[in-house]
Amino acid sequence: MASPLSKKHSLYRALRLRLRAANRCVYILNHMVQYTRARLDASFAALSDVTRRGVLEQLGRADASITDLADRFQMTLTGMKKHVGVLEQAGLVTTEKVGRVRTCRLGLRRLEEEAAWIERYRQLWVARFDELDKLVEELRRKEKVDGRKNKE
Amino acid sequence: MKNNVTVERKSEREVVVTRTFNAPARLVFEAWTRPELFKRWWVPKSMGMSLLSCEMDVRVGGKYRLEFAHGDSSSAFFGTYKEVTPHSRLVWTNEESEEGSVTTVTLEEKGGETLLVMSDLYPSKEALDAAGTGAADAMVETFAQLDELLVTTNIR
Repeated sequence: MASPLSKKHSLYRALRLRLRAANRCVYILNHMVQYTRARLDASFAALSDVTRRGVLEQLGRADASITDLADRFQMTLTGMKKHVGVLEQAGLVTTEKVGRVRTCRLGLRRLEEEAAWIERYRQLWVARFDELDKLVEELRRKEKVDGRKNKE
Repeated sequence: MKNNVTVERKSEREVVVTRTFNAPARLVFEAWTRPELFKRWWVPKSMGMSLLSCEMDVRVGGKYRLEFAHGDSSSAFFGTYKEVTPHSRLVWTNEESEEGSVTTVTLEEKGGETLLVMSDLYPSKEALDAAGTGAADAMVETFAQLDELLVTTNIR
């Protein structure tokens, strides 16, 4: 049978292990939050420009080379390279150089994450406004009835 | 026909929500400014919260305060009305956090319908990200739980 002292020791050991595991969790979570925020910042900054949104739309239809994109948006090659660079850093676009041509395509997964962010926000407002709709409709009917009464 | 809600991040610091209502602006405005009406739509059931109290002094410089219950805890949201233009414009601050947004609601009536545009402008992009992401909020809760765990397992 274990002595009370060794029992206490094994309890301490278990607690220390739990503490270490919890600390590790905090570390990982901290990292995840920072990583998510930094990524969202980069993505939304990338999306704040009208040309870059156009490029994403274009790439949604078909992959394109930087030269194609520069032609389509009537820009210099250097200018388009900069835009694609921003999109690439935000993970919204991936590029691949084959021979002398750099082909751009959508980094779809990322776009879906941004969409999910907006979607969560939207859902709250859809729910709120549906309720507001019902209420306003009720007010409107009541006003009609009251209006008729007043005329009588 | 169901009216669409659009949400757009206009800039790093601003989110804009729009929706059209089949009613005159006057009625929509009332629903935003009379507490007994406001209470009936601001907290849809899907939020998993209920409104404990709702005070609104809708005039420039007037204050509002909303208290919510969720589970065993409650939280308050409060601020000041900055602009009140009947039936067309409402601006208020959100002061429950230091990095709170300024909310602007505009109503534009056309042919018996009202277009509602609501903008939330935050002091920084970080504040917007923090406010908008449910995931980040869940993280904060998780941290709080971990803090508790750390306190209870602190054996020294």
